[in-house]
Amino acid sequence: MMRTGTSRRPTRLLAGLMSGVGALTTPLRPADFVDLVDPLWSAAVPRGRVVEVRPETRRATTLRIRPGRGWAGHRAGQYVRVGVEVDGVRHWRSYSLTSPESSPDGCISITVQALPGGTVSPVLAHRTPIGAVLHLEPAAGDFILPDRPGRLLMLTGGSGITPVMAMLRTLAARDALDDVVLLHSAPSPAETIFDGDLRTLARRPGLRLVVRHSDTEGLLQLTELERVCPDWVDRESFVCGPAGLLDDTERHWAAAGLAGRMRQERFTTPRLGGGAGGTVHYGGAATRSAGAALGTEVAVDGATSLLEAGEAVGVPMPSGCRMGICFGCVLPLRAGQVRDLRTGRVHGEPGDLVQTCISGASGPARIDTTTQGDSR
Amino acid sequence: MTRTLPTPTANHASRVGESRGTDGSQAACTPAPSTPESELPEAVPAPAMRPVPSTPAPEAVGLTHEQIEEFGRRLDAIRDRILAERGASDADYIRGVIRNQRRLEVGGRALLFAGIFPPAWLAGTAMLSVAKILENMEIGHNVMHGQWDWMRDPKIHSTTWEWDLVSSAQDWKESHNYRHHTYTNVLGKDRDVGYGLLRITEEQRWSPYYLGNPVYNLLLSLLFQWGVALHDLEYEKVVSGEKTRSAFWTQLKRIGRKIRRQVTKDYLVFPALAGPFFLPVLLGNLTANAVRNVWSHAVIFCGHFPDGTVVFTEDQLEGETRGQWYLRQMLGSANLDGGPLFHLMTGQLSFQIEHHLFPDLPSNRYCEVAPEIRALCAEFGLPYTSGGLGRQYLQVLRKINRLALPGGSVRGPVPLAAGPIS
Repeated sequence: MMRTGTSRRPTRLLAGLMSGVGALTTPLRPADFVDLVDPLWSAAVPRGRVVEVRPETRRATTLRIRPGRGWAGHRAGQYVRVGVEVDGVRHWRSYSLTSPESSPDGCISITVQALPGGTVSPVLAHRTPIGAVLHLEPAAGDFILPDRPGRLLMLTGGSGITPVMAMLRTLAARDALDDVVLLHSAPSPAETIFDGDLRTLARRPGLRLVVRHSDTEGLLQLTELERVCPDWVDRESFVCGPAGLLDDTERHWAAAGLAGRMRQERFTTPRLGGGAGGTVHYGGAATRSAGAALGTEVAVDGATSLLEAGEAVGVPMPSGCRMGICFGCVLPLRAGQVRDLRTGRVHGEPGDLVQTCISGASGPARIDTTTQGDSR
Repeated sequence: MTRTLPTPTANHASRVGESRGTDGSQAACTPAPSTPESELPEAVPAPAMRPVPSTPAPEAVGLTHEQIEEFGRRLDAIRDRILAERGASDADYIRGVIRNQRRLEVGGRALLFAGIFPPAWLAGTAMLSVAKILENMEIGHNVMHGQWDWMRDPKIHSTTWEWDLVSSAQDWKESHNYRHHTYTNVLGKDRDVGYGLLRITEEQRWSPYYLGNPVYNLLLSLLFQWGVALHDLEYEKVVSGEKTRSAFWTQLKRIGRKIRRQVTKDYLVFPALAGPFFLPVLLGNLTANAVRNVWSHAVIFCGHFPDGTVVFTEDQLEGETRGQWYLRQMLGSANLDGGPLFHLMTGQLSFQIEHHLFPDLPSNRYCEVAPEIRALCAEFGLPYTSGGLGRQYLQVLRKINRLALPGGSVRGPVPLAAGPIS
């Protein structure tokens, strides 16, 4: 996001003032009271308000978001983690930003394709009202344009177009859309995200657009690359799409000795657990000091709690009532899911604090034992 | 004096009087003796649930092991249903309470700056008192219980919440969530029985120190937040060697930092900001803290100490099943009757029974499950203690006054029928 020099100084002054005000608001922070007035004001917790909802296809929707003071801008191609409340529970998902760097009105956009049966994407795509406040994390990712882009080849499939769209828009806004070939696959014209926008951009001489409808024309084979884009070896390439496309291109470029000329963005879905029992990784400071930097892997059977399993191998675990009522044993889940031993419910997303005394394993998972005693 | 224990088949009518031991010889206020039941005749099978003999609740003894587990399963079913229903409306509830509490606090403090005018002082102090009560009870207590952790909002989470009291969240969670809620009303384990200051049950051995019982209670009431901080420190555990000096020192420093921040805010910075009107602001803040102290003390003491509530000994914890745990929570707690506003102001601790059965369910759901719990108790012939605040608090005060003296059989006639005592 663009910030002008004049708006920076009062911001800093305000920040100083706010820290003094902390003596008045303790144990809360001044920002907690500011949130009462405007949730976008907080500099510590980036949030954004949805200002426009634009359907792209039957399944995909673009959300234009006005970010609050805490938003520090993004590079074209990066993604943002978005926190959204579904049935009262906050979920975080990553979406590529589809807006250009430094858009004139300061807004950003993401384009969300609803996954059938998904928890979050259908809500974002189809049930987000204008005015909704979304939680944001700073933009991240190294799938970004080089500082001086030369000749480019973009190879995208489905919603993989999203980060590339931000790149194209950024180049167009800078009048730097000089020599780009975009090879995009989508099932059908109706399922093509940004169909109209892409065709508008392709009127510029600098962009050659090749859209392939896989429902009628079949999947793109990389052997066709020589024909469609004969100079592909001379181009810096950006690939984003389904896992098959990513794997194929990885091999193809490596075989040509050009692995360094290609960048990929891989969308990952959260690793889901299943069944009772699994291998749990306990990352702990104690084991690190003993020289084993990687922590401890424990095979946990279906009836054993993560607390008992950790204790059994000597991982220092916080604990309390050991029956799920005191919340004295919670630790952050870093990957995978856990199973509630009382109800059998499998749940969890990275970052969740789980009660280790009533949670068992459900497939592979990682528990962070290095943040014990985490308290203000 | 020889105690007689009710047998598992004791009927409800046999409860009055004779099962109480008033000699205090088996007193168990500090780590309980390991063989308090040595007088139990060998021939009598161990009852499924045994309250401390001197406390009348033999209804529980009338239940078989299987009935107690069935009682537990029925409670689990209620709990699972609420967990499955939990959703956006619950989240909206707590966010709404938090928003309004903060507005009340800002409004109250703003009015106090005009506190030189008596109506403004009164209104400001009242608003700040209400804000502090909500912050302490409906928000702080319940958030720190993890009732709202499921929302995954780091700002409303048991691991990050800190409350507007001199006691620190970390120490309080240990002494309250873990000790009090796991070992509810177990003598020598639950330090909320008397807060380490009072003689609140006749099983605590009398000493001349307890002649001051009513005075200690009055002081604890007025200075409750300080009492809670002191209570969290558990100094007697250092004396007994259960806690190291360094752990105690770390804790003392943490509470000291909290005290400094709290005192600075209410008694220095806000009054100073009012300039020449610092005195009304200081007095307003002092009053609001005192009102919150007296109110929360009253509600909490009415939750566990009115007539009809039961204490237990440590040996009863051994091999305690889920059903027995539920039953202990149930028998050790008492509800307060009132309307929705009253329940809100008690942080739903007027549903102390429901809170103790399900300490991590969202507080706004307690009023919904209360009639079901009451009906379930009636079905199993268990008492469900409930009454108005005035009546229950008078019972607590009467008990505290009586227990200043040795002995302690203070109760009036015990109702014979099982079921609601109200």
